[in-house]
Amino acid sequence: MAPQRCCVLEVGSLRAGYGAIEILRGVDLTVGAGEIVALLGSNGAGKSTLNNNISGLYRPFGGTIRFDGTDIAGVASTRIVEAGLIQVPEGRRVFPNLSVRDNLELGSYRRGKPKRAQNLERVATLFPRLRERWMQPAGTLSGGEQQMLAIGRGLMGEPRLLILDEPSLGLSPLLVEEMFTLIGRLNTDGLALLLVEQNVVQSLAIAHRAYVLENGRIALSGKASELAQNPELRKSYLGH
Amino acid sequence: MFDPQILIAGVLNGLLAGGIYVLVAVGLTLIYGVLHIINFAHGSLLMLAMYAVFFLWRLSGIDPYLALPIVVAGSFVFGYLLYRGLIGRLSHGRDENILLLTLGVSIVIDNAALLFFGGDTQTVEVPYAGDAIEIGAAFLPIPKLISFGAALLICLVLGLFMARTDTGKAIRAVARERQGARLAGIDVEKIFAISYGIGIACLGAAACLLMPTFYVTPQSGYAFVLVAFTTVVLGGMGSFVGAAIGGFLIGVTESLGGLLLGEQLGQIGISLIFILILLFKPTGLFGSKA
Repeated sequence: MAPQRCCVLEVGSLRAGYGAIEILRGVDLTVGAGEIVALLGSNGAGKSTLNNNISGLYRPFGGTIRFDGTDIAGVASTRIVEAGLIQVPEGRRVFPNLSVRDNLELGSYRRGKPKRAQNLERVATLFPRLRERWMQPAGTLSGGEQQMLAIGRGLMGEPRLLILDEPSLGLSPLLVEEMFTLIGRLNTDGLALLLVEQNVVQSLAIAHRAYVLENGRIALSGKASELAQNPELRKSYLGH
Repeated sequence: MFDPQILIAGVLNGLLAGGIYVLVAVGLTLIYGVLHIINFAHGSLLMLAMYAVFFLWRLSGIDPYLALPIVVAGSFVFGYLLYRGLIGRLSHGRDENILLLTLGVSIVIDNAALLFFGGDTQTVEVPYAGDAIEIGAAFLPIPKLISFGAALLICLVLGLFMARTDTGKAIRAVARERQGARLAGIDVEKIFAISYGIGIACLGAAACLLMPTFYVTPQSGYAFVLVAFTTVVLGGMGSFVGAAIGGFLIGVTESLGGLLLGEQLGQIGISLIFILILLFKPTGLFGSKA
């Protein structure tokens, strides 16, 4: 019998940072199958540090990161992508000199290659704007289009868990709305999502559960609907 | 002396000579574009490849042109392993360390070559070395025609590789966005090593095309690499098209300079063109703004 798995992603007492500086001081967090989990927190709370340790860009100081029951703490990023844990990074990080199509194709460099053509079609249908810019270098795209491309590139790898790092950053209010609608749609197809955001109201509206990261520790956690009513959270993040 | 027939002949000869410059420069610009370092070992590795061609001919009787697949493959493997085993491992990802390492590698190779191969000039003797065809007043040596055609073909294949294959696209991706590449599951260190290997493979090809008409000594690499540095800067750092056009431009300039000013002063033309282009377009012909 397969071992009991509580979740897709399970982070336990994670300590991490850069050089001698410890930024995460014991973080516990889980993402269940088919769940949207929001990770909230102000700038410098350690959100990106957490992401980058989960994605294998850095080696954590201590603690565990389990993906589908396997410990992936300190494992190379290539193998983490191969397992299906894919991050859409803050700042999009698209390949500016490559066409939209080539950017998407590289999304299936490590994983999802057999169904590349099919997935390209799926992403193009999901983002008609990308289809219009198909052969254009990604560097010439607007911020919103680049964000779509970054998400599309992530989807090309057929993720089992998609981490979205600040997908609404730098977008116009209208595009932010569109982005959250899209995130909801990705999740109705069954994709587990870890949504890392500063946009508290909209993130809580869409997520099932949420964590609030403060000074490298989880300060609050629970059902998104309950957190939205939490007076402490409202005071520090919404100002009322 | 200014007869148009002679000028045309000069241009043609310059273009033919440019093929080699293009190959050396394309390798250099590829390594620069991806790794963001100037490969100071470029000249020494070219010299090493030339000795490989020489010894293949002397010990096994293999014609330099037929040696091309062997030397190109061998150069790729050598470059790949040199990066994986030494440059990448000891640089700890710092550009200035890579710079110093490639310089160190170059010094070691040069002196090892002097120790093992001696300082004498070595040449490959092939029956077709002096063959030429005449077009009007132009007297075009067959080996140079071959090297020109082969250089163009190799550039074309390399261009297609970079545009069409996953590895080629990954190389271009890593050149501009390493973090994004890592998150797409690209093994960035491996791509660095492959890029370095391809850059050195270009030198292997250049060595095979050079040896039928050139000689090799432990200092042979320098002449070409100095020109290649000029070509890369002139064409725009990291630009393939720039390196290709720059290589031919340098070849023609050198040839016409030799025609007008005499063999000894022909190289002045290169510096002149170089200064003029950088004066009006500091990023080089096809360079993008930083």
